[in-house]
Amino acid sequence: MTGTGWLLVALLAVPLLGALGLVVLPRVLRPVLRAYGLVLSGVTLALAALLVVMFDYGRPASPQFELDVPWIPGLGLRLHLGIDGISLPLVALTALLTFLCFGYLSWGRARAGEFLSARPRALVFTLLVLEVGMIGTFLALDLLLFFVFFEIVLVPMYFLIGIWGGEGRRAASIKFILYTLLGSVVMLLGLLLVWAQTGTLDIEALAAAHGSGMARSVQILAFVAIGIGLAVKTPMWPLHTWLPDAHTEAPTTGSVLLAGVLLKMGTYGFARIAIPVLPEGALAVAPWLGAFAVVGIVYGALACLAQRDLKRMIAYSSVGHMGFVLLGFATLTPTGINGALFANVAHGLITGLLFFLAGAIKDRYHTVDMTALGGGLLATLPRLGSVLTFAAIASLGLPGLAGFWGEMLALLGAFQPADGLPRGLFLTYMVIGGLGAVLTAAYFLVMLSRVTHGRPPPLPAERLTATVAHRDVRTYELLAWTPLVALILLFGLWPGLLLALTTPAVHTLLGALP
Amino acid sequence: MSQQIDYFAIAPPLALAVTAALVLLLDAFLPHRPRTRTALGLVTLAGVLVSLGFVVAQATAGRTLGTFCVPPALAGTGGPAPCTYVVDGFTLVLAGLVLASAVVIVLMSMAELAGGGIPAGEWHFLLLCTLVGAVTLPASRDLVMLVVALELVSLPVFALTALKRYDGRASEAAVKLFVVSVVSTAVMLFGVSLLYGMTGTVHLSGLAAQAQAVAGTPVVTVGVVLVVAGFGFKIAAVPFHAWAADVYQGAPVPVAALLSVVSKASGFAGLILVLATALPGQAGTWGPVVAILSALTMTAGNLLALRQRSAVRLLAWSSVAQSGYVLAPLAVTGTIGAREAVGASVAYLVIYAAMNLGAFAVVLLVARTAGRNELDDYRGLAFRGPAAGIALAFCLVCLAGLPPGLAGLFAKVFVFRAIVEGGLGWLALVMAVNTVIGLYYYALWAARLFTPAAARTPVAFRAAPALWPAMGLAVAVAIVFSLAPQLVLDLTGL
Repeated sequence: MTGTGWLLVALLAVPLLGALGLVVLPRVLRPVLRAYGLVLSGVTLALAALLVVMFDYGRPASPQFELDVPWIPGLGLRLHLGIDGISLPLVALTALLTFLCFGYLSWGRARAGEFLSARPRALVFTLLVLEVGMIGTFLALDLLLFFVFFEIVLVPMYFLIGIWGGEGRRAASIKFILYTLLGSVVMLLGLLLVWAQTGTLDIEALAAAHGSGMARSVQILAFVAIGIGLAVKTPMWPLHTWLPDAHTEAPTTGSVLLAGVLLKMGTYGFARIAIPVLPEGALAVAPWLGAFAVVGIVYGALACLAQRDLKRMIAYSSVGHMGFVLLGFATLTPTGINGALFANVAHGLITGLLFFLAGAIKDRYHTVDMTALGGGLLATLPRLGSVLTFAAIASLGLPGLAGFWGEMLALLGAFQPADGLPRGLFLTYMVIGGLGAVLTAAYFLVMLSRVTHGRPPPLPAERLTATVAHRDVRTYELLAWTPLVALILLFGLWPGLLLALTTPAVHTLLGALP
Repeated sequence: MSQQIDYFAIAPPLALAVTAALVLLLDAFLPHRPRTRTALGLVTLAGVLVSLGFVVAQATAGRTLGTFCVPPALAGTGGPAPCTYVVDGFTLVLAGLVLASAVVIVLMSMAELAGGGIPAGEWHFLLLCTLVGAVTLPASRDLVMLVVALELVSLPVFALTALKRYDGRASEAAVKLFVVSVVSTAVMLFGVSLLYGMTGTVHLSGLAAQAQAVAGTPVVTVGVVLVVAGFGFKIAAVPFHAWAADVYQGAPVPVAALLSVVSKASGFAGLILVLATALPGQAGTWGPVVAILSALTMTAGNLLALRQRSAVRLLAWSSVAQSGYVLAPLAVTGTIGAREAVGASVAYLVIYAAMNLGAFAVVLLVARTAGRNELDDYRGLAFRGPAAGIALAFCLVCLAGLPPGLAGLFAKVFVFRAIVEGGLGWLALVMAVNTVIGLYYYALWAARLFTPAAARTPVAFRAAPALWPAMGLAVAVAIVFSLAPQLVLDLTGL
């Protein structure tokens, strides 16, 4: 263990102890509940920022701030944490989004008196536990530890949807948990298969071995099993059907974290475990993965065109965006995987922002049905309308904004896939994926034309509450959204910032491939 | 020539037996007042704790004790003399498991008896008798002792089940349990007699040596299968599982907990002794049988649990399913060796005991306010009684095998590892599917705890002072096992 391992432990301990504090001292903390969550997530964010500053950018390919202590010697399970160029942006993203969610809740809703009034203590507790799970997943360097964190996330998310969700929350939450659990068990089997074959659970050691010691058939089997578990979470078409319901019913913070972080856990698993540990399996399954990915892209776009519910549309757009990420992974080239990782972070920022906006619209109009909203948002609420336009354009991949680079690189990777993959097939994928990108642009523009443009309809008085006209973007919303807007611009204009981090790590993880 | 008896070795069952006699006497001579009930409970608890103290002392002594041995003059040449009563690592783990569970069950009994209607003296006497059997059984190293100890575990439970007098369900449950148990004993005795007839010895060590010579003969095979079937009844393995739900539901809740943990642990102890200690050479015969039994048991238990509306019935079927998981590693004894296979089974059993007892303690708590004890009575429990609600949620999550209930997850991982190493991939797959089915009903129940109750007026819990320590103990152990599962592995690393 290097001397800086405490930083990662602190990153997990702060929200965890905060959550425990809520259980132990409920009375003391009740009056300061609003500040409590904000401060704790703020401290976590500060720690993450410290991590970003202290990270040794000279060697982003190797895990840093490592902590490695035995936990269950009988199983060979170790508490092995570390962070490298792949996980650093995701950890920072998680800490940022959680903090923004807390800020959104505690500043905004307290005035509205709606959200934090319903079991506020439980809500803060749930979000803190969720943060522990999400950060832990990105830090874990032990297969079983990864699995434990991966699963811990489910429980708070289930309650987040099931208690604070919309009208169909019960069905949505049960669907969510059953789907993801089913995937998780299959993934656990795959992980155990890897363990039984190699005798180690250490991701670093397994990745360095590049799959030696496992027969090709075993690798394929393990890749499929682990891949299914990750694909449910990602989600990959056709395992995505839990996503629209969960997103639609979840409260705003739930949607933001679900889209911004939870989906990333699935794709992160591909980069961290499935591809480096099982290279031969990856090579064999990649064409299938690519096929599902492009179907997802096109399917997601077509489904979006058919949606009337704004939240549902954003949810389906996630399926399409994740399709690009998976296509990038499927190419098994540095370009493609870099693109995938970039698109991952970009999607977290952009879709997080989109769900914040959808939540804001729902607050004002009490509906997110696009026909009911009418149009002319730019006229009635000009600032909200412009931020929505910005986010939608970023999401459709306008060059100069974050959404563009990842998808462009993923398609570029498909143009020249890794040796051993059928190039013709991947060229087809590229063409279909490109078509999907056009469709993506189409549905976002259709959405904009329906919601933001046009003449504002003469709304019935009860829908547009008397003060709504004055309630354009409010301060707390601005505070929550500005960092996201800034980062979308930053990564869009300077993609090298992120790519410099991931490129060496990607080269290492692809080491064994021809 | 008189037998030398090592009283230190038999101290744990002896302490229990003495306490049982004491309880009976006290019950006869003390006035019948509510305070007497509490006093009897405390005496019982003290007896269990003393017995547990002896087990701990034996464990710290750290050597294998044996008593009731065949005198060297008769044992013939070669090898140590076979003993009837042996205290080794396996014995200590299971005796400790039984006695620690007994502490929780005695506390639960005190809560149950506080209501009156059940004679306290008889109850505690019968409970202690069962425990004597359960502590003796893992130490038994000959077939006769094994059968006697197993009967000592079973017989008092019939009476305990029926002790709620003038209750139709309880009587029905007692009769069902009695009939099933007697049939299983008969089947097992027949198997035992066949084994004895073929090998000429009742000592397990002798059987292990002799059985090699007669391996593969049809009579031995039939004997082995019959013995497995006999134990199958006790642990409610398919196809001998049908009694579980009715009996659990009819019996008082502490008895159901006793059946699901102590009685089951005894059944497994006997099964492990017969299969892994006495007949390791026959693993080729019984391995596949156990594998199939295990797969059927977990599947049937989980499928039946899916449609249950009563909490106790659900726990009954879930415990059947859990039996299947405990059985699974035994199926690969032949390939990975007895030590590891038995270790995985016992580790699962230990963790299962903690989480299941925690669940039963909360069920007893709810049973005091909601007579029918259906799953819908648990709606909003987390808000009415946060401690109870969260404890039950944790236990259910553990039973499902999900984080944050890491104890259950690691228990499943131990078993998975054993089966995968043993090369029974199909069984691992069956178990994975079953884990998912299990998740469904555990998750639904846990979710009910957090959904606001329907318009029904929330009833305040009547305080049951003994119940809180029972619940606290079980849940605390489950939490400790979650954080440091290595403890269990150290215990069971036989």
